[in-house]
Amino acid sequence: MTDTSTLSETGTPSKGASHLSRYFYKSPLSRGYGLLSPTLLLMTLGIVVPVCILLVMSFWTRQGFGFDTTFTTANYVKAFDQPIYMALMKRSLYVSAWATISTVLLAYPMAYYVAFHVHKNKMMWIVLMTLPFWTSYLLRVFAWKVVLGYEGVINSFLMGMGVIDAPLEFLLYSPTAVIVTLTHAWAAFAILPMYVSLEKIDKSLLEAATDLGDGPIWRFIRITLPLSMPGIISASFLIFIPTTGDYITPALLGGPDGMMIGNLIQLQFGAVNNWPMGASLSIILMLFIASIGLVFLFLTKLARERIS
Amino acid sequence: MTMTNKDAFISIQNVDKYFGKFQAIDKISMDIGHGEFFSLLGSSGCGKTTLLRMLAGFETPTNGEIYIDGQPMSEVPPHYRPVNMVFQSYAIFPHLNVRDNIAYGLRKQRLSKMKKYEMVDEMLDLIKLPEYGDRKAHELSGGQRQRIALARALILKPKVLLLDEPLGALDKQLREQMQLELRALQRTVGITFVFVTHDQEEALTLSDRIAVMSGGTVLQTDTPTGLYEMPQNREVAAFIGTMNFFEAMVDRVEGDTLVLDAKGLGKVSTTKGQRTTTKGDRFELAIRPEKLKISDTKPTTGACVEGTLENAAYLGERSHYYVRVDGQDTPVAVSAQNQKRVISSDQNAHSVWLTWDDDALVLLNDA
Ligand SMILES: Nc1ncnc2c1ncn2[C@@H]1O[C@H](COP(=O)(O)OP(=O)(O)OP(=O)(O)O)[C@@H](O)[C@H]1O
Ligand SMILES: [Mg+2]
Repeated sequence: MTDTSTLSETGTPSKGASHLSRYFYKSPLSRGYGLLSPTLLLMTLGIVVPVCILLVMSFWTRQGFGFDTTFTTANYVKAFDQPIYMALMKRSLYVSAWATISTVLLAYPMAYYVAFHVHKNKMMWIVLMTLPFWTSYLLRVFAWKVVLGYEGVINSFLMGMGVIDAPLEFLLYSPTAVIVTLTHAWAAFAILPMYVSLEKIDKSLLEAATDLGDGPIWRFIRITLPLSMPGIISASFLIFIPTTGDYITPALLGGPDGMMIGNLIQLQFGAVNNWPMGASLSIILMLFIASIGLVFLFLTKLARERIS
Repeated sequence: MTMTNKDAFISIQNVDKYFGKFQAIDKISMDIGHGEFFSLLGSSGCGKTTLLRMLAGFETPTNGEIYIDGQPMSEVPPHYRPVNMVFQSYAIFPHLNVRDNIAYGLRKQRLSKMKKYEMVDEMLDLIKLPEYGDRKAHELSGGQRQRIALARALILKPKVLLLDEPLGALDKQLREQMQLELRALQRTVGITFVFVTHDQEEALTLSDRIAVMSGGTVLQTDTPTGLYEMPQNREVAAFIGTMNFFEAMVDRVEGDTLVLDAKGLGKVSTTKGQRTTTKGDRFELAIRPEKLKISDTKPTTGACVEGTLENAAYLGERSHYYVRVDGQDTPVAVSAQNQKRVISSDQNAHSVWLTWDDDALVLLNDA
């Protein structure tokens, strides 16, 4: 009590010592913006500006080695008219959706285990789980190539056992290979947010649910799952967004059938040298991800209301 | 396996609980009657919560058995026990509103939405929060959460309600109000309450019977009056209220009367009761501060002792006096009503007289 009273005395300083500090003291909103401002600045410079450039460029067209800067929606029309673009877009969303689902399903039990059944050295467990991810991303992708390849671990093993005569081709250079690799590559990013939200759940809530008649399964559905939803949602976004635009994994493991929109965009900015087209495709991809994200958020909100 | 007492609704028999090598509960046996308001009272760490959690099924006894309504509980998991618990932290589900919190346990009963709604309404009326159904947990005060935790358990009409220091987090005023409401509620619903507290005043106000615990054992189980007037040993006497203690030795036995030589009080007599004693046996005598009478002049009748007033505290309604008597290291505490000033001045270091009735003296069992 004495604390706040002295604060308010010093917080409203003797006449105009600083109007600014008084303003900041009085308005929590301005204090909030004050705290945000470094990040806000970085975001503006690092994200908003490039996106604006991208947006403007997407309405230009290629002309020889330069740009025709007259505004036109030609690129967008082309993107929706020629089947190849939308086909790749669909495959990207498909691959990335499955990668997200399988990553979350794989990582949730691990996060759950550490949050509820490990009592000592929790941090060590988390570090151990993320240990494989300290190696380079490329290295891990190549490791999967070794595992899934024609003469890779799985095929040699199955052939050695006499289960199959010829190597399984769908293992490598297919969307499946991309999904498997992405799932493994992103698991660490899914474990952390889900672990945090599970760890935060007050254990007495679980006991209260048990006390009120719920066995382990009902308790999980009615308490643990809804309370860990924020972790699941952030993990899903954290994986879905970057994997949709990924181009390294499909390039190395996808083969002709596993190519994704990211590869096409990369081509536009590289070999094909059609930057405006690349910009349009990037913008379209962004819009797709944003709308899927919104639908996802809406559905989880609906589900949460239904569960309760 | 011993037979359970027929009147006992909850019967705890020879229960031990070890956490690793540490023994939290040491061979506790007790019976709790149907519809009783039963309190577990004891200082921090004496095992109250552990005992309560064993009743709820969250801990299993290392040895012994607990019966509820005649049924042994060792094989029954918590979600099938006919008991409900009000947690110390209330454990209100943060993602549900008040209504859904209260209705949480009704899932198994497969009631219609309408019926559930009515039942929750009844509960909201009972806890006097009829307008709060749509609030979220974080929009509630401590006292309101406590009532919702109560309603959430009561709506299931459990045979036993377990309460772990449910009033601990409330301020004094709200606490006293909730104590009255809790007691009234218990009378209305007629459910057996097992109530954990470390506040002796709270236990005395609320309970039909109290078990005083210490270090994993039960020291004495009795009614509030019994515990206050007739504590059986020094620990109980000291834990509940204030008490003056005197060392005493048996001087002679005259029929049912015991005459003792008490350090600081001189010759005193008290009833012998069931004890078998002979001259020379040592006892401890105890007397409550309010059972001692203080005056400036030597009283004409009864036993009395002279002492020096060492300290006095005026508390409005009553005064506390601390009187030094010969042969006693700590001054004797006296508490007197201020209806009429009993001594002429609160001035220290003047000579006063203490008297008492023989039946105010309590003979403790452990010498
Ligand atoms: N899970 C546990 N593991 C080990 N020791 C425990 C555990 N739970 C309780 N104890 C110990 O058992 C003893 C009794 O604990 P309990 O929680 O029953 O005390 P309490 O009487 O409820 O105290 P308080 O009034 O502080 O709540 C304490 O010494 C405590 O440290
Ligand atoms: Mg406790």
